[in-house]
Amino acid sequence: MTAATLATNGLKPACIALVGPPNSGKTTLFNTLTGGRQKTANYPGVTVERKSGFLKTPGGHAVEVLDLPGSYSLRARSPDEAITRDVVLGRQQRETLPDAIVCVTDATNLNQHLRLLLELRPLGRPLILALNMMDIAQRRGCRIDTEALSRELGIPVVTTVAMRKSGVRELLDRIDALLKHPAGDGATALDDWQEPSPDAIRAYHHEVGRVLRQAVVEEGAPARVTRQLDRVLLHPIAGPLALLALLFLMFQAVFSWAEAPMDWIDGSVSGLQQWLAAHLPESLLKSLLVDGIIAGVGGVVVFLPQILILFFFILLLEDSGYMTRAAFLMDRLMSAAGLNGRAFIPLLSSFACAVPGVMATRAIAHPLDRLVTILIAPLMTCSARLPVYVLLIAAFVPNTAIWGGVGLQGLVMFGLYAAGIVGALAVAAVLRLTLLKGGRQPLLMELPSYKWPNAANVLLGLWERTKIFLRRIGTIILSLMVILWFLSTFPAPPAGAAEPAIYYSFAGLIGRGLEPLLAPIGFNWQIAIALVPGLAAREVAVAALGTVYALSGDEGAVAGSLAATLAQDWTLATALSLLAWYVFAPQCLATLAAVRRETNSWRWAAFMFAYLMALAYLAALITYRVALALGAG
Amino acid sequence: MKLTSEAERRAFELGCAVGLGFTQPLGQMRPGSAGRILVVSGGDRDIERGLLEMGFVEGARIEVLHRGWLNRDPLAVRINQTMTVALRRCEANAVLVGPLLERDTGPVAPLGEPLVS
Repeated sequence: MTAATLATNGLKPACIALVGPPNSGKTTLFNTLTGGRQKTANYPGVTVERKSGFLKTPGGHAVEVLDLPGSYSLRARSPDEAITRDVVLGRQQRETLPDAIVCVTDATNLNQHLRLLLELRPLGRPLILALNMMDIAQRRGCRIDTEALSRELGIPVVTTVAMRKSGVRELLDRIDALLKHPAGDGATALDDWQEPSPDAIRAYHHEVGRVLRQAVVEEGAPARVTRQLDRVLLHPIAGPLALLALLFLMFQAVFSWAEAPMDWIDGSVSGLQQWLAAHLPESLLKSLLVDGIIAGVGGVVVFLPQILILFFFILLLEDSGYMTRAAFLMDRLMSAAGLNGRAFIPLLSSFACAVPGVMATRAIAHPLDRLVTILIAPLMTCSARLPVYVLLIAAFVPNTAIWGGVGLQGLVMFGLYAAGIVGALAVAAVLRLTLLKGGRQPLLMELPSYKWPNAANVLLGLWERTKIFLRRIGTIILSLMVILWFLSTFPAPPAGAAEPAIYYSFAGLIGRGLEPLLAPIGFNWQIAIALVPGLAAREVAVAALGTVYALSGDEGAVAGSLAATLAQDWTLATALSLLAWYVFAPQCLATLAAVRRETNSWRWAAFMFAYLMALAYLAALITYRVALALGAG
Repeated sequence: MKLTSEAERRAFELGCAVGLGFTQPLGQMRPGSAGRILVVSGGDRDIERGLLEMGFVEGARIEVLHRGWLNRDPLAVRINQTMTVALRRCEANAVLVGPLLERDTGPVAPLGEPLVS
């Protein structure tokens, strides 16, 4: 009995796979079909997201819809595309062979998109062709005889407008019709599948031409708006300027819009801390809850608004079609460092947080390109470094204007961002010339027509990101916080201790042990101790410095008075050295965990940790020595 | 092909030789010039397949739309009026382009058969 007949008996939902080239509106169709009834998981063994949703057809079938990664061909070029191939061929572990395949194509681009359908047809599986974006095609004056198309292809054809529910009714009816007559397993055709040779692809092109000559009544005009927009946005001078302006706007938004919700989260967290501190009896449990879990997790949750705003922009740019233009503009610059233009998107995400940035590298087809991008992602200045930068700059850099209203403090901040970017490009170039040589992937990227971003797509995407981020906080970060709390609480200080409690703890022990190692770069034992809990998340170091300097009060007050204390206690050389350290240091276990997950090996995570550590030490050493020589001691 | 005059040599340098009836690799063409693909062969099978999968196939009509701002790389190329693809000049040189023919107006012309062997 096949899964489809099981489904008609109401035992197990039938599985329908959506397959289509990128930019065919497949995900929008998926969202319209399944609405909020979606779940995202991972395919076993790999890190590709498995998106599925459920629906009930008018005919009463329960159907699981699987949104497979976009692919131009069954010949997979990236880990994402390999999943599409394996699911369609029934080779994916723990995934049943889909009962039917819906091939989603952009009706305005049948010329290129129909070839995937021709690759799917010989597999002998139940197949439906969905001509998506039919409204746009009609607006451009394109007329397609769907009956002739269906006749020539020998499979059912439906037209859909993914953004409107009404457009998918016919598709659901077709699915019902297919499920009533379940097909055999077609095992031989699936087992015999081979990658198409260049000449086989030529033959597919030839066949597409033949079919379209029968079915296309009227050609339709090319996308005029897209051409006119591209004339500006891809212009050799205006294009890069527009990209720069957009990035500026984005960062402005990330830092100014996020301020209010961040203050709110911060206030709630410290309110909760104070309430618990006042109402709980003095005990280890209280310390664990207040100083360990709430302080630690709160310190990370506070970045959620910034991450969401950045992702809002990224989703908007992706959905509108601009992201590929950004990759086009950046490709030459990135390829000088041995990277692909597509690496621009994950690196951009890394400015909010390296974790989603590392996850976004999945779209990079070539494994070496992807690995290099993962390894340099943590060098992009993530928002967790900001509290440290802000504290040290406020303490040591005078708030003077140099020219044209540009403040020295702002300039130093910009310099720190620039140092990260330059460092990343240099590291990528070195890696490409030494350890990760060769195998450069060609840039072959469709520049889709611009379209208005779809609100549902963007909101669902943001909701996904929030879930992933919160799940991570609930698991990895929470457990790390508990471990670090343990390290900085035990053993308890002896009676009548002169130094703060952390000095006597394991963390203090480690910090003091590290001190001789860190002395050449100008770090005192207080910094060394603060770096230990700062391993969990960079910004925790600020709170840890507060503890070490025996300050108390809420975070704002600590930062304020801490700046004054530091300005007295540290030399300028030490402060600059610590800033240089923070540009490079791998002080984020969550990123290391993400790298281990995405590369499927601890070796690369360890390599990243080691090289970033070495770089940080070297940068801090040079900064400290030069600053001393210039009399900043 | 033997160049007969200084003007023709200049046309090749400027990337508009196809407009004068010559053939030229896609990577050397300049924005605004259009032609029809004669041969796709990179020597490298994977590049050849990649190009074919993105629509660079013998007989297809192409038009170079844009060039990158740095080193005139990459190119944005419109294929058969419907799809725009970005690619680097290095890969684009695996595509040999010839002049448009009178009869080839629409995109639905026979595709996939090398016009020049």
